[in-house]
Amino acid sequence: MMKPLLIAAFLCACLPAWGQAPAAKVPASAALKPVLAHHARLVHVSYEDTLASARTLQRAVLAFVARPDEPGLQAARRAWLEAREVYGQTEAYRFYGGPIDDARGPEGRLNAWPMDESFVDAVQGRPDAGLVNDRRVRIDRRTLVALNERGGEENIATGWHAIEFLLWGQDLSDDGPGARSADDFIDGRAPNADRRRQVLRVVTDLLVDDLASLVRAWAPGAANYRARFERGGTESLRKLFVGLGSLSRGELAGERLEVALASRDQEDEHSCFSDNTHRDAVSNALGIENVWLGRWRRADGSVIEGPSPRELVAARDAALAERTTRQISGSVAAAESIQAPFDREIQGGRDGRGRARIEATVASLVAQTKLLVEAAAAAGIERLNLVQPE
Amino acid sequence: MRRDTPAALAIGALLLSAPAGGLPADTDADPHGLRPGGATTVDASGRNAFSFPAANLSDAERTRFAIGNSFFRRNWVEAPASTTARDGLGPHFIARSCGGCHVQDGRGAPPEVKAGRHEPPVALLLRLSVPGAGSHGGPRPEPRYGEQFDNTAVRGVPPEGRITLREEPVPGRFADGTRYTLRRPVYGFADLAHGPMDPQTMISPRVAPQLIGVGLLEAIPDAEIERNAREQAAQGGAIRGVPNRVWDAFAGEMRVGRYGWKANAASLAHQSAAAFVGDIGITSSRFPAEPCMPAQTACLAAPRGGSPEIDDRTLADVVFYQAVLAPPARRHANDPQVRHGERLFADARCATCHRPSYLTGASPSAEFGSPALAGQRIRPYTDLLLHDMGEGLADGRPDFGASGRQWKTPPLWGIGLLRDVNGHQRLLHDGRARGVLEAVLWHGGEARASRERVLGMSRAEREALVRFVESL
Repeated sequence: MMKPLLIAAFLCACLPAWGQAPAAKVPASAALKPVLAHHARLVHVSYEDTLASARTLQRAVLAFVARPDEPGLQAARRAWLEAREVYGQTEAYRFYGGPIDDARGPEGRLNAWPMDESFVDAVQGRPDAGLVNDRRVRIDRRTLVALNERGGEENIATGWHAIEFLLWGQDLSDDGPGARSADDFIDGRAPNADRRRQVLRVVTDLLVDDLASLVRAWAPGAANYRARFERGGTESLRKLFVGLGSLSRGELAGERLEVALASRDQEDEHSCFSDNTHRDAVSNALGIENVWLGRWRRADGSVIEGPSPRELVAARDAALAERTTRQISGSVAAAESIQAPFDREIQGGRDGRGRARIEATVASLVAQTKLLVEAAAAAGIERLNLVQPE
Repeated sequence: MRRDTPAALAIGALLLSAPAGGLPADTDADPHGLRPGGATTVDASGRNAFSFPAANLSDAERTRFAIGNSFFRRNWVEAPASTTARDGLGPHFIARSCGGCHVQDGRGAPPEVKAGRHEPPVALLLRLSVPGAGSHGGPRPEPRYGEQFDNTAVRGVPPEGRITLREEPVPGRFADGTRYTLRRPVYGFADLAHGPMDPQTMISPRVAPQLIGVGLLEAIPDAEIERNAREQAAQGGAIRGVPNRVWDAFAGEMRVGRYGWKANAASLAHQSAAAFVGDIGITSSRFPAEPCMPAQTACLAAPRGGSPEIDDRTLADVVFYQAVLAPPARRHANDPQVRHGERLFADARCATCHRPSYLTGASPSAEFGSPALAGQRIRPYTDLLLHDMGEGLADGRPDFGASGRQWKTPPLWGIGLLRDVNGHQRLLHDGRARGVLEAVLWHGGEARASRERVLGMSRAEREALVRFVESL
């Protein structure tokens, strides 16, 4: 009656859309439960590390706004770059309506892009733009949150990229990041320096608080999302795979790499002020590998490991698990080969091979997504697309 | 507040790998219409149900889908900005992105009125015009505020004003004695920035509809739409739909209208480019001018994000993205209550205008469409014609060939998933109906006899009818 469509498009006309997968393919709970429990631990630990790195950033920002000078600005920038390395890996827990991005999740406030620069501060040609330069606007957490939520739209003036914009400024050079001077934060050297310091401080505090809420949602031994996730059985495993597949194909390959390749002559990159977009790609790819291998490297160098989705799949189809592992590892290597600055790389880079390096990363991510769909099927997840009623 | 985090990019969509091979020819493989989009249909429910690409897209087309998705969903920002591809918001605007109103590619709703108070509308706009014809025979813009009211603007530019909304109860009763109360919205303006409007101003509220299958609708041959009109006229009854004929900026000629609540846009490209400039303030090669009226000096003086602000290729990617958004499979189609409802739907002659089925032709444009959309047996439940819907629904504002009492039959596919995707089921052009049954009860004019049939139904019959529509 039909072509043999691939798994996710499989149709079973006799069942409602959320019909159960055939019982024979559901993994034995004995094997699944430890995988989910370990994954929950991994998520919690990685958010703890993210929070710790954000607190380091917060300390650097506090020190800088207390005594703004060039070394203080450099220290805050380094702390931002280090914190992004950790946060980027946690993006593998997005895309299934978990604590990071359910209806009330902080993802929009944390990571909104593109950044509405002139809504926040002066930009080239508009020296008086932004709420920094509008002394009628109060600068406190409540006001910033309310401004961001105006009209029920996405957030525009908070999160990682708002902090990035405040620390680096607009990227107006061809081969380096933004070059904001510490003077912008020093009274008497730039207009409204006091307000710029205040905005930087408030958005950093907000970021730390939002990350702390994620740690709580995944903390052990509490009546929280983690508890439900660990009890969730096959549905939780489906979410795990949806996160991996969505980050692989839609977000990293599609939104971050293919979109940038397509708009090559434009500054269409996610960390455009700091020229750190190449690291966003690596940390995302690593985040996928972490989840697949059930592994997390902590800030102190120690590694936590435990029962993984890879083992679950290997028990059904060892060759498929191995192919998937190799492909995922290949994607990390491909992403690491992308050279900074990304905005030059999408035009060819220094050696003219920049686009090829990005295209190779995309190809590996697309291949890994197909393998992840197969791997999910081997683990008993028939239809990844469906969002089941909660 | 409706929060559409970028996280919800619905790229679960892209998990699907494309099945290899071409299109199946039209067959009787699906007599119950389980696959409303033919081979494009996806098995999807939940919040992302409207955000999947056609199941039969190629890998290369999936890449294009990802690019279009990005520019559809991501906010446009004020100019100037480092992200030069994405700046140029406003000066006036209603939303910062397409996805700001078509949340999750779904449908907007009017604000809830509680104790006479409401938030500013987001996914609902008010069209404005004064009597007479504008360019190409379209509406003539209000001289100070233009063709639609923009209640938001970039910093430094005054918004045109506030939209006010109150609701009037409209009570009624079914034949079995059950009472109901509909709510009629009454829109107005406050804090007008440029003085009073022309006293003859006509206002038409419009909510953003769901976007699934819009490319398939474009692939319905004109001849089929004209055939709908001929067949209805030949029946000699009250139902006499007519096609709208509207100016298409891409074709450079008058065409049969398909999109918009009055079918006032003929192509998805025209509809999208007009919405970019009208709703987000993003200019394009076909719509190069910001809609600032002569008296709106701050609007005219505000910075621009390039000329045009969206290039032809990116615009084409956004149009393509929408064109290939797939209709989800039907749910519960074989449930006895749903089957009963399907018979009642036919008996009440709903299917005369909500025509179930078509065979698509080729996408009219290789630039904006996909071969995946061609030759599909689809089930949108619309005739794409204008109908007099009676005084109760009339907006009194003509739009090209559409009178102040005429509305285009909207497609019904996906209605049952609106609650999943958007958390509401507000229907009709201004979202006044709270659910399918209220929408039916607002039908008047040519559809009056059908409404009478529904008023005469038992509770069980009404429930079956609604259940059928929600299975589509």
